[in-house]
Amino acid sequence: MTETSGDIALISLGVLGLLFLASLGGEVLRARLSTDENHPTVETYLTRVNSWWFMAGAAAIALFVGPWAITLLFAFCSFAALREFLTLTRRGRADHWALVVAFYVMLPGQYLLVAFDRTGLATTLIPVYAFLFMPILSALRGAGKNFMERISETQWALMITVYCASHVPMLMGLEIECYGERALLLIAWLVIVVQLGDLAEYFAGRRIGKRQIAPSISPKTLEGIACGLAFAMFIGWFLAWITPFGALGAALMAAPVFLVGVGGNLVLAAIKTDRGFRNWGHLIPGQGGFVDQLDSVFFAAPLFYHLTRFFWT
Amino acid sequence: MGLLRRFAAGVTGSTLSVFARFITAARAEWRGIEPVRRQRIYYANHTSNADMPIIMAVLPAALRRDTRPVAAADYWLKTKARAFVGPEVYNAVLIDRRSEHQTEDPIEKIVEALDEGASLIIFPEGGRNRSEDPLMPFKAGLYNIANKRPDVDLVPTWIDNIASVMPSGEVIPVPLACTVIFGNPVHVREDEEKDGFLKRASDALVALMPERGDA
Repeated sequence: MTETSGDIALISLGVLGLLFLASLGGEVLRARLSTDENHPTVETYLTRVNSWWFMAGAAAIALFVGPWAITLLFAFCSFAALREFLTLTRRGRADHWALVVAFYVMLPGQYLLVAFDRTGLATTLIPVYAFLFMPILSALRGAGKNFMERISETQWALMITVYCASHVPMLMGLEIECYGERALLLIAWLVIVVQLGDLAEYFAGRRIGKRQIAPSISPKTLEGIACGLAFAMFIGWFLAWITPFGALGAALMAAPVFLVGVGGNLVLAAIKTDRGFRNWGHLIPGQGGFVDQLDSVFFAAPLFYHLTRFFWT
Repeated sequence: MGLLRRFAAGVTGSTLSVFARFITAARAEWRGIEPVRRQRIYYANHTSNADMPIIMAVLPAALRRDTRPVAAADYWLKTKARAFVGPEVYNAVLIDRRSEHQTEDPIEKIVEALDEGASLIIFPEGGRNRSEDPLMPFKAGLYNIANKRPDVDLVPTWIDNIASVMPSGEVIPVPLACTVIFGNPVHVREDEEKDGFLKRASDALVALMPERGDA
């Protein structure tokens, strides 16, 4: 076993251990409560923990199998997220071919470029080529009503769910001195920091939250975010040994990554409120859709990629 | 039907279901009925060739085994591949829409399938809807069947979004999420007129359509 896979095993065991405690806690709670009544909070909690088992399991397996499995995993997440997103955006008959290109050319194209380390093209494919050519396709097919809104929404969907998301596996292509293949671990660090920060923010916000920061779209509070930030920095520091950042550097990196993730969550909440639906999808029991689960990771990934590239390569 | 052919039909059916689910993440919403084994006629809006496979894909296996789509012979017997998928994979009740080709009364054939215990999927618009309206006027068939077997539940079944997945005339499906919504069953009332009943059934189906900000 190499050092890297040893570390992956350690991280995976840690996460699965946490999940075991979470499941155990829920089951004990359920056993204590009376059996003839329904307890929606406990049931929702257990459904969520079960979804976490599934997600963490998939991520752990992909990390063990190696870089291509990670790329494939995120390509699938992008596919599911893009499908959820485009289901809820406006589109017309003229957009059919643009959507075909988005799903069958841009999405696989982006992940192939990432897999083969063609970073230059990977950072231009969607912001430049998709941006220019997909509207041309829609125009050629008859344009139609709300043309500008439709092409903007399709482009936005691609940017968030494919372009931003693909920066997660893109981390593996960074050439960091004395780090090499361990770049895989940056992905584990990013996802764990963002998701645990989100969880801490959620629970702290419910317990002690008072001042809402955007009451019309989200229940997030200043207190919750402060706790989430502190916890994300703590986790970042705690896991510093798998990063090239050093203890202080890891804690400092966790801060902007967590905060932009919170911002992403707010942006997607604003879209949901405006369009009048609660969740993006239904594929993850207890959590909604892939977009609901990964919004903060999508927003955090490009920033984390560029910060790492700027300071450590 | 040879054993090998039946096996191939089973495999093809499962493959089509998996493919339909992969593209559309299809999901059933049981709003008016429970997914239990009970004889029913699911009547649905029809915009795309994927409509029937998608309903079959969201039905639980135990219900799917008892369910037969009512389909147009003039479409499903046109090529060898269709003749395999329609009658053999989906066990369709084939009726001919062109009266000059009808060897037996289509309503009799449908009632016969009901009497054998099958649940049915029917598209009462009588063809794919290419108009801007959510539904075309229903054909009399639904009324005639309901009158002959008034005890069977007629379940309005709204297939949402499939028209965007594969608009008619397009070949490549775009992956978008689809939902199949099952509503409250309707029955024909005593002495109810044809037009009144068809209107009521059609309204019950349109009522299931979710509101969306489509362009």
